[in-house]
Amino acid sequence: MEKKVIEAIGISKSFHDPLTVKVLTDISFSINAGEFVSVVGKSGCGKSTLLYILSTMDTNYEGELLLDGISMTNKKDAELAMVRNEKIGFVFQFHYLLNEFNNLQNVMLPGLKLANLSPKEVEHHAYQKLKILGIEKEALKYPNQLSGGQKQRVAIARALINEPLIIMGDEPTGNLDKKNSDVVFNIFKELAEEYHQSLLIVTHDLDFAAKTHRTITMEDGKIMSHGLSSS
Amino acid sequence: MKFKLIAEISFALLRARLKQTMVAAFGVTFSITMFITLLSFMGGLNDLLDNLILNRTPHIRLFNEISASSIQPIAKSKAYAGAYNFISHVKPKNDLLEIRNSEAIIKALKADPNVRGVAPKNTVPVFYNVGAINLTGVIDGIDVDAENKLFTFQDYVVNGKTMDLKNTPNSIILGIGVAKKMLVQVGDNIQITTSKGTQFPLKVVGFFQSGMDEMDKIQGYVTLSTTQKILGKPASYVTDIQVKLYDMTLAPALAKKYGKLFETDAVDIQTTNSQFKTGSSIRTLISYAVGITLLIVAGFGIYNILNMMIYEKMDSIAILKATGFSGKDVNTIFITIALTIGLVGGALGLVFGFGLSAVIGQIPFNTASLPTVKTYPINYNPKFYLIGAVFSVITTYLAGYFPSRKASKIDPVDIIRGK
Repeated sequence: MEKKVIEAIGISKSFHDPLTVKVLTDISFSINAGEFVSVVGKSGCGKSTLLYILSTMDTNYEGELLLDGISMTNKKDAELAMVRNEKIGFVFQFHYLLNEFNNLQNVMLPGLKLANLSPKEVEHHAYQKLKILGIEKEALKYPNQLSGGQKQRVAIARALINEPLIIMGDEPTGNLDKKNSDVVFNIFKELAEEYHQSLLIVTHDLDFAAKTHRTITMEDGKIMSHGLSSS
Repeated sequence: MKFKLIAEISFALLRARLKQTMVAAFGVTFSITMFITLLSFMGGLNDLLDNLILNRTPHIRLFNEISASSIQPIAKSKAYAGAYNFISHVKPKNDLLEIRNSEAIIKALKADPNVRGVAPKNTVPVFYNVGAINLTGVIDGIDVDAENKLFTFQDYVVNGKTMDLKNTPNSIILGIGVAKKMLVQVGDNIQITTSKGTQFPLKVVGFFQSGMDEMDKIQGYVTLSTTQKILGKPASYVTDIQVKLYDMTLAPALAKKYGKLFETDAVDIQTTNSQFKTGSSIRTLISYAVGITLLIVAGFGIYNILNMMIYEKMDSIAILKATGFSGKDVNTIFITIALTIGLVGGALGLVFGFGLSAVIGQIPFNTASLPTVKTYPINYNPKFYLIGAVFSVITTYLAGYFPSRKASKIDPVDIIRGK
């Protein structure tokens, strides 16, 4: 039995405004270390909502969430912020880089916040991550000087900086053209296979999902299929 | 270490909105500048007006009020002990103005550790003779050295020297108003008549200008011995003993004590000049109110810019929170921005405030009633600068508090979903 990095046990969520609508019903699944999992489903099926619950940013749900075997339910905001900082890396549809800082600094920010390493070491790590993603030459440029694909790669480097337990992506290729999508996908694949990085990617791109280890299919707030573990 | 990161993020956000930040900081600078200038100027003016009176007024004055003796001979008579008596038309005694045993009293006062100095004085009502006309007036016999030391008498003498009064026998320093009426120059001789009809010649050695027109029209100063000569009294004759204390606030208590101890009337400065303190404190209050209003307006400027910044930087705040910055960190970031604006703006305000008050202090201000004042009065009290600094920090903190709280409460999910 492999180590479970994340486990959801009976997670449900409802929106109460203006009417009570149940968006997630009794979701239970787990992801093992080193797995590359995608979640697919139609728009509005609740896959993004699920991701935000899994990422600890949304705390308003029923059920239990275990991250690295530790329950995240009923933790305080500041504690959750620390968990996110240390154990979760994010890649969103939009890059969300800070234009006031150069790319290297953007990558370094979560590392400096964690402060496990000296700023010099964090800088060194950030360079390494940018190198993995093939954009070390852009390190000292500012985000607004990069193309969309490059920005997304900087965002991935930022997600990697603290060597997280799991990387979560919310439509990370949604804003990119085919070529850049492939580049980003290959990066994820490489991370999963060479660095044994666990990944959980929400997408509506079925081609993208088909190439991952396992695809979870959702419909109307329920999991229809857990997919077959190929690894 | 952790704060360094927060500060870096704060300054990066500040730089991104440099122009607006500078405008907000300038608001603080302006208000602190005006606050300092206003208080320094008002403080200077208050001191000037207060000193006009307080410098010339003793903290405690010992004298004898003309009043009938409270114990009449009949009360001491054993024959009528236990009986009531009614006396009509009681008249005060002639010699009651004199403070008895004045030399001993002065000696005792000088030995008191609370007392800065003692100046004996005689007040004589007189007529100044100008040809056929007699002008009513008052002549004070003073101890010139004590008067200079305690009441800055020399500052008010505009023509001639106080020392001449001491060194020339039978000399007088005339109020400038009287001198004008009598058409006399320094060096002239004048005649005065006392209330008892005695005539006496005096040599004018100087003029003085107190700033109070009414006083200058009647007052003249001679030495203590001259008044004794005019009145034909011995060298111990003193009608007033003026006392200056180290601590003015002790005056009411000490006045009571001295009055009892020396069996004279004693009045303190707080009782005689209560209206001046009231005026000063109200003027000060108004200056503070205006200064603080300016600061609050500047505070709204900071509030605005922070709100705008937070609105603009929603995305950045969301990602900071998503990558592990807590609400408290975000709060600290915006409070740091607000305080930076406040501290920089405030510090510049203190410097400019000092500069502006220094400039005002150089502007000529000549008024006939205040011979010693040549420029606008400025009080460089460090207290004003301290209050200005503290208030600039407090208002900017408050102005930053609410926007920062708003920023710390931003839910990253809402922002990211909204895209």
